[in-house]
Amino acid sequence: MSLERSDVEKIAHLARLAVSSDELDSVAGDLSTILQLMEQMNAVNTDGVIPMAHPLHMAQRLRPDEVSEIDERDHFQSIAPATENGLYLVPRVIE
Amino acid sequence: MQWETVIGLEIHAQLATRSKIFSGASTAFGAEPNTQACAVDLGLPGVLPVLNREAVVMAVRFSAAINADLERRSVFARKNYFYPDLPKGYQISQFELPIVGRGSVEILLEDGEIRTIGVTRAHLEEDAGKSLHGDFHGLTGIDLNRAGTPLLEIVSEPDMRSAKEAVAYARKIHQIVRYIGICDGNMQEGSFRADANVSVRRSGGELGTRAELKNLNSFRFLERAINFEVERQIDILESGGKVVQETRLYDPERDETRSMRSKEEANDYRYFPDPDLLPVELDDAFIAAAIEGMPELPDVRRVRFSEEYALGNSDAAQLTASRELADYYEATVEEGGDPRLAANWVTGELAAALNREGSDIGQSPITASMLAGLLQRISDNTISGKIAKQVFDAMWSSGGSADEIIENQGLKQITDSVALEGIVDEVVNANPSQVDAYRQADEKKQIKMLGFFVGQVMQASKGKANPKQVNELLRRKLTS
Repeated sequence: MSLERSDVEKIAHLARLAVSSDELDSVAGDLSTILQLMEQMNAVNTDGVIPMAHPLHMAQRLRPDEVSEIDERDHFQSIAPATENGLYLVPRVIE
Repeated sequence: MQWETVIGLEIHAQLATRSKIFSGASTAFGAEPNTQACAVDLGLPGVLPVLNREAVVMAVRFSAAINADLERRSVFARKNYFYPDLPKGYQISQFELPIVGRGSVEILLEDGEIRTIGVTRAHLEEDAGKSLHGDFHGLTGIDLNRAGTPLLEIVSEPDMRSAKEAVAYARKIHQIVRYIGICDGNMQEGSFRADANVSVRRSGGELGTRAELKNLNSFRFLERAINFEVERQIDILESGGKVVQETRLYDPERDETRSMRSKEEANDYRYFPDPDLLPVELDDAFIAAAIEGMPELPDVRRVRFSEEYALGNSDAAQLTASRELADYYEATVEEGGDPRLAANWVTGELAAALNREGSDIGQSPITASMLAGLLQRISDNTISGKIAKQVFDAMWSSGGSADEIIENQGLKQITDSVALEGIVDEVVNANPSQVDAYRQADEKKQIKMLGFFVGQVMQASKGKANPKQVNELLRRKLTS
């Protein structure tokens, strides 16, 4: 499977990445190479193999349900571009 | 043309944990903005989410409550989309391997029919923050206190055929999550939210295109939004149009749904397993500990109530609507209240009083043992049912036991026949013309006319006369 320029444009938009139009062909080529590797792996018989969700052979550790965090709002908001009344301000979201 | 409605619901139940699903920030409702959003919730670089044990326990309990296939191995995945109240750019959710597999619940329809509604799956995920579109000089305010709050998303099969069925199902899930103590069910605060997938089709035909309805924060809105949407879709189809797959927002003020945004692009979530989290593996010991001490489930309790306490279906259903109410009823019976009488008073007088004050059973100023005390005085004829209401009101407004109130206000029923006879004689002597009329009337009329005398005696005794004795005495006096 190989990607078209339009596929790359779509993927770039979804990931909010700016890919200039003269880069599109080379990016499409690179991504297609990755997909070719996937196809190669897809051809391997994996009957009876449990899909791996994580490279570590461990199970998720669980944490007790305790409140351990304190309020650090001022600290966090000191690096925010805009805040007001404790809220982070962002460009208006249109629904 | 006959149209069939097909509805599936996605319910988000906020899990009642103290801390968030992947961080130690508090989940308490109503805090100052962003004071409960820590580095993990903000998605700052270098943080690692660690799963809250209690959230997993609660999912296991839900699985047991709906007889679902619990998945012993489940995997968290990233659901990618950009929105300002989602700081990481992805929501941690479960996709291919959710923790709760297929299960089902039974709903009771108005005509008494029981229907089974399939639950496709339920998965754990984190909630997003809140966007506030107030007056911020053209900007949007973001509060991330809710970001990272644990949710159980419960997805139903498209098994419902009317708005009423959808509401019955949503209420059933609501009842279950509250019974097993995994969600407070508060819809105003957004702890329990339902989205409805609605489509219509020709009876028995292929599934139609569906619309997803959002912003349904009450059972009433859920019903109204679905009814509106069904009409809208039928109108489109009957005029030769096509239903568009989209998300629609319900506007309760105008009682209509309207298009929110086309989901075509938004739906491309590019899920993949979250490398920050390992698969969740549950062993027998964990599962056994999680479901230990699970309370009796509402349906089981309803059936037991109707058998054990000889209650009608409707009373049993009403009394088991919430665990708190069912506990209250059983405590009343255990404290010595007659089961039938207790059912009448809990669903009648008590429910009405609670309703009037807009409070729920946990806030009742009359405890189960107080109510039981009152019911015992009705059963042993110390007071009549009418006086009991007076005692109930006094208990409600100023506390105190039934016995104290009966004693202090002198409400004890007059059963002393000499005293009663005195009152009856007075009434008979004071109404000679009515007595004459009674004596000349036939038996049928007499029964009706007796009411007048009983009323007079009750009035004279301030309601304290034993009605049964009064009836007997009057009959005797009037015929002699």
